[in-house]
Amino acid sequence: MSEFVIQTNNLTKRFGDFTAVDQLTFAIQAGEVVGYLGPNGSGKTTTMRMLLGLILPTEGTATVLGYDIRQDSDAIRAEVGYMSQKFSLYHDLTVNENLHFYAGVYGINNENQIQACLDRVGLEKQKNILVSNLSTGWKQRLALATAIVHHPRLLFLDEPTSGVDPTARRAFWDLIYELVAEGITALVTTHYMDEAEYCGRVGIMREGKLLALDTPSNLKISTLPGKAYDLRAQPILDTLQVLEQSQHVLRSGLVGDHLRVILSSEVKPETIVEELKNHSVNNAEIEQVEPTLEDVFLSLAAQ
Amino acid sequence: MATVMIQAEHISKKFADNWAVKDISLQVHAGEIYGLVGADGAGKTTTMRLICGVLHLDSGSITVGNFDINRQTDQARSLIGYLAQRFSLYEDLTVLENIRFFAEVRGLTADEWLPRCLDILNFVGLLDFKDRFAGKLSGGMKQKLGLAAALVHKPKILLLDEPTTGVDPVTRQDFWQLIIKLAAQEGVAMLVSTPYMDEASRCHRVGFMREGKILVEDTPGNLQKSLKGKIFELKGSPLPLLRKIVQNHPLVKYAQMFGDRIHLYISADPSQTILEALSQTIVEQGGSLTNLRMIEPQLEDVFISLIETNYE
Repeated sequence: MSEFVIQTNNLTKRFGDFTAVDQLTFAIQAGEVVGYLGPNGSGKTTTMRMLLGLILPTEGTATVLGYDIRQDSDAIRAEVGYMSQKFSLYHDLTVNENLHFYAGVYGINNENQIQACLDRVGLEKQKNILVSNLSTGWKQRLALATAIVHHPRLLFLDEPTSGVDPTARRAFWDLIYELVAEGITALVTTHYMDEAEYCGRVGIMREGKLLALDTPSNLKISTLPGKAYDLRAQPILDTLQVLEQSQHVLRSGLVGDHLRVILSSEVKPETIVEELKNHSVNNAEIEQVEPTLEDVFLSLAAQ
Repeated sequence: MATVMIQAEHISKKFADNWAVKDISLQVHAGEIYGLVGADGAGKTTTMRLICGVLHLDSGSITVGNFDINRQTDQARSLIGYLAQRFSLYEDLTVLENIRFFAEVRGLTADEWLPRCLDILNFVGLLDFKDRFAGKLSGGMKQKLGLAAALVHKPKILLLDEPTTGVDPVTRQDFWQLIIKLAAQEGVAMLVSTPYMDEASRCHRVGFMREGKILVEDTPGNLQKSLKGKIFELKGSPLPLLRKIVQNHPLVKYAQMFGDRIHLYISADPSQTILEALSQTIVEQGGSLTNLRMIEPQLEDVFISLIETNYE
């Protein structure tokens, strides 16, 4: 049984009448990569800030790395790394100088440890380049280096791979998986499904509540309230109107040249094709497809 | 076939010694959503700025509607709505006042602007917030106000530069519903840039950009079909061991680890014998396999296989 790196029990934060985080209970084990998805204002950032001991909860308890968030926030912050999507790097300093600066903040002056960190993120050859001359992909690696130079046990990542193409995103996540294999635990907040797919478990928040927390595969199977279909028919807007009014349709939306439809599991797709015919849409083709995390997210967010 | 609204031919743009855009040609038709997909620095924004005439071409030509962007700039621009990545709103003006400003800049007269502005605010879902200060809007609402401002003169062409960066998934979905409706209802030609594959899949056609070039363009469906090999999904434990095993197989082109599974790309036939060999090795080395199945390739797989063929 691995230890829990984060464990919360009814964690709640209220600002006046507004409940930002509502009785959050979850546990994360060492070596997990857990993603957090939620609309703006759903309580993700407030949760992070409580876990880092930056604000106190109104109710409930939580431990991070075994430390109580109310009592030992200094100890937590010393063992946590944080990489912000707007990574705070000094553009007029070199890669090496930036990393030395952050190492200094954590009281690290062991040159070997700093160089090993550069090596680890694959920036050895770039160390004398000014940050302003780095591509976004390299900047992300440097931002990661500044977050792990003090050997944290827990890593917070906020949209770590925004603005790069899939090859750079994969390379970045391979680095994260290497760190995880060595025992680091990672908590990732993101708006993008491309990124959430890299997480072992994904939590979905809405209005301060944690609606689901499971593997991407399980979320797609068990959390989606129906089955996902691609539907092609013209005219597309008339089709959408019929679908939006149909009692069989849980959710429908436009996807470029076709529509995505979530039907209750007991509804046969032919039923919808018939229903469309009754509204003079005669050319509908429907095909069951694998649900995406976005289907899950939008369905949960709409309930 | 619908009218060509944007026609760019062999366009190039150089900044100092660096070709930001290098010999790109593209067409966008009325009612079509064309996605420029690539990383930061791939040349997406420069392409858009060339098309709306903010930057001048080093070579090539761009026609917008029937107008040459460099010689008939004003006529061409009157057809274009442009939502830049960072657009300026007057935070101390209300939503309606902001839209009115853009309407007047675009030359709408006193009796035209109000009905038009109310109509657009209704379309983007901001009518109830028309008297709110723009500075008090959420990020998603600001983005919708930006879209409304770009739409105020009923443009035939809409350029959207990463319109949903930093916007949450629910708002992003709303925003795309609006874009697709504009294309279907009004026949607006759209050029949208994004670094995200989940957004690219919502476009009618996609061009993958890298280092100032369009590597390939087609519909998302055709791109997915164009992938030569097959993608398999593998689940089991421990994932790092499974990955090491499959990566070492000479016919597995790549094995990508995701949160709870691995995707393998096998370009050789018969893939079945390869899979059987892999399953056996996994069991021999103490791993367990819970699921191995073929899946539909995603745009991401197409992108990665393209990069690997072109750059390695």
